[in-house]
Amino acid sequence: MDKQELTCISCPIGCHLEVTNTEQGYVIRGNQCKRGETYAISELTSPTRVLTSTIGVKGGFLNRLPVRTNSPIPKDKLFAVMEIINTVIVNAPIKAGDIILKNLLGTGVDLIASRSISE
Amino acid sequence: MYDIVIIGAGVAGGFIARELSKYQLKVLIVDRQNDIGNETTAANSAIIHAGYDAPADYLKGKFNASGNAMFDIICEELDVPFKRIGSLVIGFNEEDRCTIQKLYDNGLKNNVPDMRIIERDEILRMEPNINENVCCALYAPTAGIIGPWELAIASVENAMDNGVELQLETEVVGITKVNNGYIINTNRGEIKTRLIINCAGVYADKINNMVAEPYFSIKSRKGNYYVLDKGVNLVDHVIFQCPTDKGKGILVTPTVHGNILIGPDSEFVDDKDSTATNADNLSFVRETALISLKAIPFNKVIRSFAGLRANSNINDFIIEEAKGAKGFINVAGFESPGLSSIPSVAKYVVEMIENMIGGLKHKDNFNPRRRKVICFNSLSEKEKGELIKKYPMYGNVICRCETVTEAEIVDAIHRNGGARSVKAVKKRTRAGFGRCQGGFCGPRVVEILARELDKDWTEIPYDSSKAYILTEETKNNQQDRKQ
Amino acid sequence: MLKYDVVVIGGGPAGLAAAIEAKNDGVDNILVIERDKELGGILQQCIHNGFGLHVFKEELTGPEYAERFIEELKSMNIEYKINTMVLSLTEDKTVHAINPKDGYMTIQARAVILAMGCRERTAGAINIPGTRPSGVFTAGTAQRYINMDGYMVGKRVVILGSGDIGLIMARRLTLEGAKVLAVVELMPFSGGLTRNIVQCLDDYNIPLYLNHTVINVKGNHRLEGVTIAKVDDKKRPIPGTEIDYDCDTLLLSIGLIPENELTAGAGAEIDLRTSGPVVNESMETTVEGVFACGNVVHVHDLVDFVTEESKRAGRSVAKYIKNQLSNNRTGFETKGLEGVSYIVPQKVNIDNVDKNLELFLRVSKVYNHVKLVIKADQETVKEIKKRHLAPGEMEHIILAKALLEDKNFKNLTVEVKEED
Repeated sequence: MDKQELTCISCPIGCHLEVTNTEQGYVIRGNQCKRGETYAISELTSPTRVLTSTIGVKGGFLNRLPVRTNSPIPKDKLFAVMEIINTVIVNAPIKAGDIILKNLLGTGVDLIASRSISE
Repeated sequence: MYDIVIIGAGVAGGFIARELSKYQLKVLIVDRQNDIGNETTAANSAIIHAGYDAPADYLKGKFNASGNAMFDIICEELDVPFKRIGSLVIGFNEEDRCTIQKLYDNGLKNNVPDMRIIERDEILRMEPNINENVCCALYAPTAGIIGPWELAIASVENAMDNGVELQLETEVVGITKVNNGYIINTNRGEIKTRLIINCAGVYADKINNMVAEPYFSIKSRKGNYYVLDKGVNLVDHVIFQCPTDKGKGILVTPTVHGNILIGPDSEFVDDKDSTATNADNLSFVRETALISLKAIPFNKVIRSFAGLRANSNINDFIIEEAKGAKGFINVAGFESPGLSSIPSVAKYVVEMIENMIGGLKHKDNFNPRRRKVICFNSLSEKEKGELIKKYPMYGNVICRCETVTEAEIVDAIHRNGGARSVKAVKKRTRAGFGRCQGGFCGPRVVEILARELDKDWTEIPYDSSKAYILTEETKNNQQDRKQ
Repeated sequence: MLKYDVVVIGGGPAGLAAAIEAKNDGVDNILVIERDKELGGILQQCIHNGFGLHVFKEELTGPEYAERFIEELKSMNIEYKINTMVLSLTEDKTVHAINPKDGYMTIQARAVILAMGCRERTAGAINIPGTRPSGVFTAGTAQRYINMDGYMVGKRVVILGSGDIGLIMARRLTLEGAKVLAVVELMPFSGGLTRNIVQCLDDYNIPLYLNHTVINVKGNHRLEGVTIAKVDDKKRPIPGTEIDYDCDTLLLSIGLIPENELTAGAGAEIDLRTSGPVVNESMETTVEGVFACGNVVHVHDLVDFVTEESKRAGRSVAKYIKNQLSNNRTGFETKGLEGVSYIVPQKVNIDNVDKNLELFLRVSKVYNHVKLVIKADQETVKEIKKRHLAPGEMEHIILAKALLEDKNFKNLTVEVKEED
């Protein structure tokens, strides 16, 4: 029986999880809500993270536009996605939620603007 | 060909330049730093001593009290913060009383005016936070506090307004004697001059030795300090401890900007540039300062720093034509009371030059006044309102802790001898000197410097040109793509 | 002289929520004053996600969270001034402020909401020995440079302090191509949220050294290196435990201090434990009609709690303007005992509490399997079991008004006790 300790990062509470890998699948203890279970299984099978960063923006009130992935992407793709992000420049105006890049590296996840920037 | 080149744009070099700018002379100041007053001038106790310390037969004794008397006019003309708040040397026992009597007697010899030895009750009335075991004190009402780098900056600016030239980031690497003067070799090429005034601070011996007999040496004597936040009303006078065999003690003083300064200790260091603070020395400062006062709120410390004093091997100023080098004048060993003595020393140096050249002609159009520096925070409501109406940039507060506006920063950049670094802006406007230590205003000051000097943000240093703040733009691949 | 019913000083999350709530509750004449060039406050530079789980039930970035409030404020036609600095506030609620457009303004308010937020502790405050080169940044300053201005602060980085901003910046710097060598924490525990240690440090194999501090800073121009060392239980460096790092950047994430110069200037009492004003259940300071909310009162770790607290302040201000706030000042006081470093609010007038009294507190060290015991003078009114308590995680206690009503007591105390 394989036992592992994890800290749930689904929300700021940060529950201390104890995961046991049994023949019936993973058994999770210590979570205060259902998201803990989902997190633990995902973390042990295919860990994912929401990526936040900035891109260049021209003609706006700032030089950088904050962006994020609209859902988590595989952890091992974070740096590869950063490389793509670093080459993008957009033009103001931008609305929060605008899609900047579609289907990042075939993950089905989009990169979206996380604020509005007027001209 | 210059008549005079001054090496060192500290308070000595700067003030002598200003004095020389009254005459028809072609004068140049060079300094290896990228700002005026950036070495010993930038880190010291900021006190104009009354003049009772040094023996009367020392140059320190000769120039201190007479220099002190000249500060009111000078600071008024140059618009430099100066307050004659008076000093107390406090004693706790009979031995101290003896020392205080000796200081008093020596003060009389040095022509220090209005000194009094005062007793416990009067001391505690003047300074209620002083340790109650105090028994007597030497009160010298003429002692004052000043902005030392402000004096250097204002002197150079005023000198430049009157025709003196300034060349920063110019390091002297060699000096050659030629027929009618000297050739100074620098990292920026050769400079020809008839006379040289060596005001190179802790490097004065090195500069002297480039062309004259190596007849003195300068050691760096380091002192650590604490700065307390504004609003800590601890003392109203400069509070000294009695000098003993163990040292001169630790002083506690208000600064002209309303902070409290505590320090310095004294330690000879081999590295002439080392201004690193040290935990043991700082705790010595802390403990020793507590002898003077009942309590010190060290939780209000906003900064600690260390400064160097240029100590000569004869423990006195060296103000003379160098041995074996005609027309090369040393103004060296300018540790305390160098700052206090400088007005008097500058007059003396001008007399020396007058004798060497054989007469000096006054400039008809010498203007002793520097254009007033507007300190927005100290204006009245009405003045503030009128100023913003006229110049909207005064309505844009950049440094929140010290209430420094954009207009003040822009002015500090565009004056003669203007600011080129974040620290230079800080020295001129106090932006970044407050409790947040530049956390909020740092990026804004970088932005303004870059805009006004037409540079990229990454080219704006914190202090020296090697002290870069930002490495590159993020999203660097964009540049790659553009290429 | 300008006249407003309510002047809100600070247009960050606290000021925005308070203004919106006050307007919702019927105050029409409100002015929000913001010193930066846009509303939103520090949230605008916090581009990471994790905001809004309590308030919006979804995970937003800082700018997204701010934008929702800014849009709402604008749609409600609440007046605001940006690029405007408040110079002083007097006890009679006169606000002195300047900006380039309007010049010097004297504004008379019937009530004021203080929402100035906090600032970062600096290197000077902790006296790190050594030189004073460039390359030493507070984490928030570095965050602004990188996220808003678009400039990198360095290539090889050591971070002192494991507060949330420091942890978040460890990840940001790594993603932007810098090498974060270590995060160094003086205390035996991190000051940041556990989730941030996992997703900002562990994810990128960045070591966290607890019980360590920076004992030397090197470099006469730009930072060239730092030395860290382990500390003993009195926080003194232990000789022989030094580790040298070649680095060009030192980030400081060593604490936040509520920014209360205006508050003190108005004569409000400051609590030395929080560094914020003493407030009551209505978030009113000791100066009548001057309210406060958000990080200016005490440093929160979640913006959601700032929002909730600020809404409460907004509702109280509306009551105050409508003369519905009981000004009976004889209530009880809250006191943190064993293990509790502070409690907000410090004073309570139970007449102004609707259904529940909410207390916010922090503990002074890490506890496992303990209980929080709440007493009205000697009488225990509630016990709450806690599996885990840490100084980095603010505790929120809800007490039913019924538990406290009709009792005559002076002090409501909270203490940490071992579970039976």
